[in-house]
Amino acid sequence: MDIQKKQLLEFYQQMVTIRIFESRVCELFAAGQIPGFVHSSLGQEAIAAGVMACVEKDDKVGLHHRSHGEMIAKGADMNKMMAELFGKATGTCKGKGGSMHIADMDLGILGANGILGAGYAIATGAAFACQYNETKDIALCLFGDGQSNRGPFHESLNVAALWKLPIVFICENNGFGLSNPVKEHLATDCVSDRAAAYGIPGVTVDGNDVLAVYETTLEAVDRARKGNGPSLLEFTTWRWHGHFEGDPAVYKDAQEQEEWLKKDPIPRFAKQLLEQKNATQAELDEMQAKGEALVDAAVKFAEESPWPDVSELFTDVYDRQM
Amino acid sequence: MAEKKEQLLEMYKTMVRIRTFEKEAIDLFAAGKFPGFVHSYLGEEAIATGVCANLKDSDYICSTHRGHGHLIAKGGKLDLMMAELYGKSTGYCKGKGGSMHIADVDLGILGANGIVGAGMPIATGAAFACKYRKTDNVAIAFFGDGASDRATFHESLNLASIWKLPVVFVCENNGWAISNSQENHQNITDVSDRATAYGIPGVSIDGNDVMAISEAAEEAIKRARKGDGPTLIECKTWRHRGHFEGDPGAYKDPKDQEEWLSDAKDALVRVEKKLIELKYANKADLDKVKADAQTEVDAAVKFAEQSPDPDPSEVLTDVYTV
Amino acid sequence: MTQMSYMEAIRDGMRVEMKRDSGVYIAGEDVAQFGGCFGVTAGLYDEFGPDRVMNTPISEAVIVGHAVGAAALGLRPIAEIMFVDFMGCCMDELHNQAAKMKYMFGGKAKVPMVVRTPCGAGLGAAAQHSQCLESWFTHIAGVKTVMPGTAADAKGLMIAAIRDDNPVMYIEHKQLLGLTGDVPDGEYVVPLGKADIKREGSDVTIVAWSWMLQKSLAAAEKLAAEGINVEVLDPRTLVPLDKDAILKSVSKTGKLVIVHEEIKTSGFGGEISAIVAEEGFDYLDAPIKRVAAPDTPIPFSPILEQTFIPSEEKIIEAVKALF
Ligand SMILES: Cc1ncc(C[n+]2csc(CCOP(=O)(O)OP(=O)(O)O)c2C)c(N)n1
Ligand SMILES: Cc1ncc(C[n+]2csc(CCOP(=O)(O)OP(=O)(O)O)c2C)c(N)n1
Repeated sequence: MDIQKKQLLEFYQQMVTIRIFESRVCELFAAGQIPGFVHSSLGQEAIAAGVMACVEKDDKVGLHHRSHGEMIAKGADMNKMMAELFGKATGTCKGKGGSMHIADMDLGILGANGILGAGYAIATGAAFACQYNETKDIALCLFGDGQSNRGPFHESLNVAALWKLPIVFICENNGFGLSNPVKEHLATDCVSDRAAAYGIPGVTVDGNDVLAVYETTLEAVDRARKGNGPSLLEFTTWRWHGHFEGDPAVYKDAQEQEEWLKKDPIPRFAKQLLEQKNATQAELDEMQAKGEALVDAAVKFAEESPWPDVSELFTDVYDRQM
Repeated sequence: MAEKKEQLLEMYKTMVRIRTFEKEAIDLFAAGKFPGFVHSYLGEEAIATGVCANLKDSDYICSTHRGHGHLIAKGGKLDLMMAELYGKSTGYCKGKGGSMHIADVDLGILGANGIVGAGMPIATGAAFACKYRKTDNVAIAFFGDGASDRATFHESLNLASIWKLPVVFVCENNGWAISNSQENHQNITDVSDRATAYGIPGVSIDGNDVMAISEAAEEAIKRARKGDGPTLIECKTWRHRGHFEGDPGAYKDPKDQEEWLSDAKDALVRVEKKLIELKYANKADLDKVKADAQTEVDAAVKFAEQSPDPDPSEVLTDVYTV
Repeated sequence: MTQMSYMEAIRDGMRVEMKRDSGVYIAGEDVAQFGGCFGVTAGLYDEFGPDRVMNTPISEAVIVGHAVGAAALGLRPIAEIMFVDFMGCCMDELHNQAAKMKYMFGGKAKVPMVVRTPCGAGLGAAAQHSQCLESWFTHIAGVKTVMPGTAADAKGLMIAAIRDDNPVMYIEHKQLLGLTGDVPDGEYVVPLGKADIKREGSDVTIVAWSWMLQKSLAAAEKLAAEGINVEVLDPRTLVPLDKDAILKSVSKTGKLVIVHEEIKTSGFGGEISAIVAEEGFDYLDAPIKRVAAPDTPIPFSPILEQTFIPSEEKIIEAVKALF
């Protein structure tokens, strides 16, 4: 596939920005500045960057608990995201949601989710609305390997296939459901084997190869937009950190961890860019600096933002309070 | 040969008993003898019969809302069943359950079920207990094509597969989920395709051929007993009646209905032909089986009618185990 | 005004809104040509077509869950769950998703959806097809719970539920489907959160909803013959609850009996009596009484089921005990 240079650079920018954001979040969490749970997507940046490059602003995405990367790549405002992680009034959810509930309806981000597997049905409903309203918009649904064992996976893929909804189901197979390795929680080798159960296409692709992610997703998005129904994509990757920050991940095999760290999607792509002369080292450095600056600004914004007024506890329960 | 003859005659008897019971139940319900819902098993007799012919008393089954046939095939007593339909104190559940909740735990019948798809997790749990206790007992989950779309299907098959549990999932695909035909509720033609999603064997067979069912069940049950894990068997059949008594089944194509009820397709007529053809029985033998079944069912009705109603104080008992 | 049944009134409410707003659609098991298990959606498929009256697979999680997603994008789904008993199969979609989206997203989402589902005993349908579970839903902040007890309210509350921008549990009673009454024509709206005095009286207040409203009205007639003048108040919606109307009635009568078909423990009657105890204690000149089903599953046998269901006699007995 002939991908324009601009797009290639954009992949790189997204990946480094996410990497910087996530690293900073982990530091801030360790320093006690961020309460609650933080599930880091370090190591999975290529999926966020590759997938989100395939959709437009009006397309919808249903996310899960490990989704900061996808939000950033979908265009979410990092200042507001960071403020939300801090629990500040200026956060995406006015400090009411936190890491697992960041949403931005204007950008089609239907929310991270604290309930595993809750995103399938919501994204399916969003795709239904796109079809019902005869827009050309589509929906994406991202989820982890562990969540693919939940019942709503089955009900949602069945309905989406039956109704030929414009949706792409994307599994980020990072090797674990919390402490449980894929081998122990999944009855098949691949999550994508499950596509056969719904009569839809299913593929498994290297999730640390941003170009492969992009090309695979583009095809599925195209299929969805044309009205040919859903696909199930699986991107294999590795979760660098523990399940949440604070989890030392003693259940991981040290050697396996080391091997995966070597497969880091960012230097791998940088090498490609340089070799194919699509970017110079100076350009890469510049992008790195830009990412740092954006994240610095986000942290500053969050730190300087006010806490929510305690009266906010009672608002937003119902639309038009009773 | 003698063994095969014995087996086929035995299965024939069971099918006749189911059919006779079901016909009687329909008439009694129409005559207002008991309230509630009655889901008739007419036309599907070969499935329960063929599967349960391979079970020991110590094996388990989980049945459905359309459960009379399973119960009879697993050894359920017709008089206690009939008394339960009548809501009498002598019924299987002391009149507390009715048609959709008949159970006989001593016979390994873990209950009919009013919730579609609820039997699969329970059978999975029963199979777990069989394995945990190191017995060679197995559990069977019966369910409809409609139930194969429920969340519980997915979660149960996945778990049963990764834990290699001794359970056989038997889908009775009678073409309908109430008024919804299979093509209107799933995007596949063979429910057995879903086995791929769990890395287990899946087969689709003629659900009106009791021998074929018995053979497929035998193999799956052997596999389960050996510790090789679950199997998904789909039996393609047709429900002769409406979804429940009182539903005229107007959504069915009369041509399909006629074809499925014809002698060429009817499960019971087919066994009769086979018995005669193989000279395992003559017409008089078959008539005797039918007459015996009628006598048994008449006695069950009499038992039910003469039994007392429960005492109203029974409302308050059996809520908790004390 | 047109005389129609409660069932027709529900349907009429849906029809009015489907005509008015193209974003309103119905999805559920067997709701299309078949018209729903109890016939409530009969004819709507013919009138509005397959894109707006849609059969789903037996997949409660995605029936409710897809409604959340579609509602978040601005549609107004009416998701039908065939029996309220099956809500257990989709509780997460209601209580963790629909109910919480607005709040946890900081007010920036709207989930205007209705879950329509029948409740109640009396059909010999036994433990998994007969329950009343309204306090499951009233215990979820972010969900409204509506329980019509007359044909007119069935329509007016349906329209209000569809127009409401929040997730609404619309729980109809199977025993009331055939009940007829005068129903206003056209866009008749009964606001959520407004109780209705269904019978004025001075001696004792009965608060009752759904089928128990009808039983309480019948009991009130019998009590009148014995000289006890009962006021029957129908809250119509449990959340939002018109507590002012309840307190006002109790301030007039000084006595309160709450009647519901849910089992007694943790039933919504407990909430109402707590409110009156907290805010209307001075009005009371007798203890509050609750008439409710016993704390048991619902039995099948007619004689047991009749013993289970709160009866007119039990209501009468409870009222008389206060005098
Ligand atoms: C329904 C539900 N069950 C369990 C949890 C607790 N939990 C949160 S994340 C997680 C593991 C998820 O694994 P996976 O889906 O593979 O995603 P990953 O964390 O690997 O990105 C668990 C068990 C939950 N949040 N929701
Ligand atoms: C969870 C749940 N959803 C819906 C129902 C209502 N219901 C009862 S039987 C049935 C159809 C079942 O179809 P299938 O599984 O194919 O079995 P069949 O009736 O054809 O034997 C439905 C929708 C139910 N009892 N439980």
